[in-house]
Amino acid sequence: MSQSSIVAIVMPKWGLSMEEGRVNEWLVEEGARIAVGDALLEVETEKIAGTVEATDAGLLRRRVAEPGEVYPVKALLGVMAEPEVGDAEIDAFVAAQAAALEAAAESEPEPRYHFVEVGGRRLRYADRGEGAPPMVLIHGFGGDLDNWLFNIDALAAGRRVLALDLPGHGQSSKEVGDGSLATLAATVVGFLDALGVERAVLVGHSMGAAVAMQVAADAPERVSGLGLIAAVGLGPEIDAEYIAGFVAAASRRELKPWVERLFADRALVTRQLVEDLLRYKRIDGVAEALGGLSRALIDAGQQRIGLVATARASRVPVVVIWGSADAIIPAAHAHALGDAARVVVIDGAGHMVQMEAASKVNAALLEHLG
Amino acid sequence: MAENPFPLGRDQLLAAYRTMRTIREFEERLHVDFSRGDIPGFVHLYAGEEASAAGIMMHLTDKDRIASTHRGHGHCIAKGVDVKAMMGEIYGKVTGSCRGKGGSMHIADLDKGMMGANGILGAGAPLACGAGLAAKFRGDGGVGVSFVGDGASNQGMFLESLNLAAVWNLPVVFVVENNGYAESTSVEWAVAVDSYVDRAAGFGLPGVTVDGTDFFAVHEAAGEIVARAREGGGPALLECKMCRFYGHFEGDAQTYRGAGEVEDLRANRDCIKIFAQRVTETGVIRPAELTAIDREVLDLIEQAVAEAKAAPLPTAADLLTDVYVSY
Amino acid sequence: MARKISMKDAINEALDQEMTRDPSVIVMGEDIVGGTGSPGEADAWGGVLGVTKGLYAKHGDRLMDTPLSESAYIGAAVGAAACGMRPVAELMFIDFMGVCLDEIFNQAAKFKYMFGGKAQTPVVIRAMVGAGFRAAAQHSQMLTPVFTHIPGLKVVCPSNAYDAKGLLIQSIRDNDPVIFCEHKNLYAHETEVPDEPYAIPFAEANVVREGGDVTIVAYGLMVHRATEAADRLAREGVECEVVDLRTLSPIDMDAVLESVEGTGRLVCVDEASPRCSIAADVSAQVAQHAFKALKGPVQMVTPPHTPVPFSPALEDLYIPSAERVMEAVRATMVA
Repeated sequence: MSQSSIVAIVMPKWGLSMEEGRVNEWLVEEGARIAVGDALLEVETEKIAGTVEATDAGLLRRRVAEPGEVYPVKALLGVMAEPEVGDAEIDAFVAAQAAALEAAAESEPEPRYHFVEVGGRRLRYADRGEGAPPMVLIHGFGGDLDNWLFNIDALAAGRRVLALDLPGHGQSSKEVGDGSLATLAATVVGFLDALGVERAVLVGHSMGAAVAMQVAADAPERVSGLGLIAAVGLGPEIDAEYIAGFVAAASRRELKPWVERLFADRALVTRQLVEDLLRYKRIDGVAEALGGLSRALIDAGQQRIGLVATARASRVPVVVIWGSADAIIPAAHAHALGDAARVVVIDGAGHMVQMEAASKVNAALLEHLG
Repeated sequence: MAENPFPLGRDQLLAAYRTMRTIREFEERLHVDFSRGDIPGFVHLYAGEEASAAGIMMHLTDKDRIASTHRGHGHCIAKGVDVKAMMGEIYGKVTGSCRGKGGSMHIADLDKGMMGANGILGAGAPLACGAGLAAKFRGDGGVGVSFVGDGASNQGMFLESLNLAAVWNLPVVFVVENNGYAESTSVEWAVAVDSYVDRAAGFGLPGVTVDGTDFFAVHEAAGEIVARAREGGGPALLECKMCRFYGHFEGDAQTYRGAGEVEDLRANRDCIKIFAQRVTETGVIRPAELTAIDREVLDLIEQAVAEAKAAPLPTAADLLTDVYVSY
Repeated sequence: MARKISMKDAINEALDQEMTRDPSVIVMGEDIVGGTGSPGEADAWGGVLGVTKGLYAKHGDRLMDTPLSESAYIGAAVGAAACGMRPVAELMFIDFMGVCLDEIFNQAAKFKYMFGGKAQTPVVIRAMVGAGFRAAAQHSQMLTPVFTHIPGLKVVCPSNAYDAKGLLIQSIRDNDPVIFCEHKNLYAHETEVPDEPYAIPFAEANVVREGGDVTIVAYGLMVHRATEAADRLAREGVECEVVDLRTLSPIDMDAVLESVEGTGRLVCVDEASPRCSIAADVSAQVAQHAFKALKGPVQMVTPPHTPVPFSPALEDLYIPSAERVMEAVRATMVA
């Protein structure tokens, strides 16, 4: 029996800054038959708590990771193999994995982020994988490219994936000009120009989805597909209270309840997640940027931006993905494009559906835009 | 009209007289009201020293900042602080310059360049250096003026400030108002050097001593020193030798004074009398003009006291406000 | 965030960025440039420990060496603040406060109130605090309680580079006088710090570690002792919540009370002398406002009520250790 029939379950890398994770508990027993997407273990990082889902089917033979212990990214957590594989072979596999990890730790890490100048603004981005056309991930209001921490590596398995911080966000310049959708869309086009990307699949979350639709309208020749996740622009309703509350919150206590609204499972909102958002919000210019963007997004408690006609006019594949328990923008908007789009509504997930149901979102994107 | 031998026009002479007379009436009235028990706390009166405040402040504008002393009423009035607000403050009323939170020793009006009377002797000297420093950075030509008495002239804060102002070449003027007593202690005993000019020289500063009962002497010396500081020529020290008509504070029995000392000062070294005599004997100002000012000043003080007495007291809510800009 | 820098560099960067942003920000202190008037190089020192090194080259005469006259230059900073500047005065060691305290507690602290709200005094006084440098009794004190006692002053004591930059920028922008306490044993400590300017609001404690069993309240270097103790206790199954106060006046008692409501147990760690300390203040406020939540006696971990000793053998005993914090945590769980 060759080792290729032994499948490793490893500590995932959720986002570019994750270096290690703490295993909280195993959710499956040794000897269990595993299907793709099954929840295997609960892992907590300093950013977020999440579930490691099976990417392969198989028989769980060995639970290597001990609950309560911290393991580096790519460390072996468990082993799947069919019954005919002997225990000795599995022992050898575990030892070989540990040695390989040690060797990898000694090599130089690749840079996590890159920076590019677009329209006088410095933009931060991540660049993973290879293969055209690239997929560009555009985060939402108040977010940054780390919002894709459960998606980027999975999506980059077979193609190049770029994720950027929009102006006013993350580590990009905080000045957003007039804060209009046109400005953000022009920035994304400029980003494609700067990286020499002729055509890309644009995947946007929330406000980022509106940006993606606007790019498709303004520069249709640059867009080969649209992934619209919990999108702004597909209906009038939005939790304007959330936007105002998020913009105004200056402390952990003020901010945490608003961030919790983004998730169906509030336990996902860790201390570090809130702290990271506070650190972002404290930076000079962010308050002005968020204020400007929120005024461009919302008027009298409703969305200002209507993009249904724009998106319907697009001639590229479109997939709309929503969490059924989205408290910010109602999941009913998922069907706003009618037969112009494929629709995937994920039961029980909130507004941050790409984090809460990462493997389902990844699968939907790969299926419809792959 | 006689020819004017003074360096000031008639209007300026009348204004100087009004300033000094206002200070005098203000202090005389406080002396009376304090003894009646109308005024809380304690007050230090400037009566007798008016020529110093009036002579120096005539060279200053609102952008020039002064740091005053515990004996600060005269400096306030000469710097343009509202007399009624001052009286309200001394009566502890919400209409006061500091809404009743400062009292006699802490009257301030930053808009008028009055950085505060100060209960800590010598503490104003570094503050005036700061005012000079701010003016220097702004390049607005402003000067800082520090007032101390002969007593506070021995404070480390003051002496350090002389050196700092010289080292940083600040537009600052240090005025020593030498009235002969640090509380009850004689300057002859407590200040080891015979001359403040020598003390200034020890810090690399030019120094001038003038008769502080002579408005014109003060005015002339201050004019030169302030102008030099304003033009970037650096700090200097001005000593005004002057007379304190009352005790250190109201209620001071002044047993440390010599017999007949105060009577002699009032009779022969009253700066206002001396001023009035000089401007009238030359015929530049008519006695009736001064008498008219006296009447107006009396009315003003009378009104100020009446309004202060009638004004509301601060309330419990005022106790907690203005500790911080934000907390 | 990729960049890690030391607390010393974070303070330097905060000063640099605020001086660039606001021309009314000026910086003064003994040897903060170094070599003024001397025959050798200008900008020789950048402060005794090099915190302001390089700023003179960028901002020139807005950085001023001073004579050794703390009363005069601290007072001048206060006066300039009252006249519209935003001076940052460095006092080198907080132990030197004694020679200029009047300008801080009788002048700067009181102008606003005493003048009926008409003045504001946006001055920052930076000073090194804390023991562990073998610097003995007059260069090692943690005098934070002296200043928290005085209404009108704000008191800040960061525990890491990120907080130091954001709190110093807030201190400079703040319109009240701020005593900014820099623990000299944290100058070399590195954390991730954004290169952009940012301000951390005052009275916003940082929960640096979550836990449900015992609340440990600390600030400055003691935050590191507390987290070390918490990490070690976690291996014994005791989960401590560590609250870094960050600012001592104003103080975020809500965060402390919220944590104690959850844990029912409190340990206060303070490098200041025990009597009337921050630890004593926090303990008293918790006793007053959250007595019913307490399941065991409140514990304080402080130095003994002695001056800071010189001999390393003694100084190491003087400074609260992680072991002492662990003992205190266990003591809260006795009842």
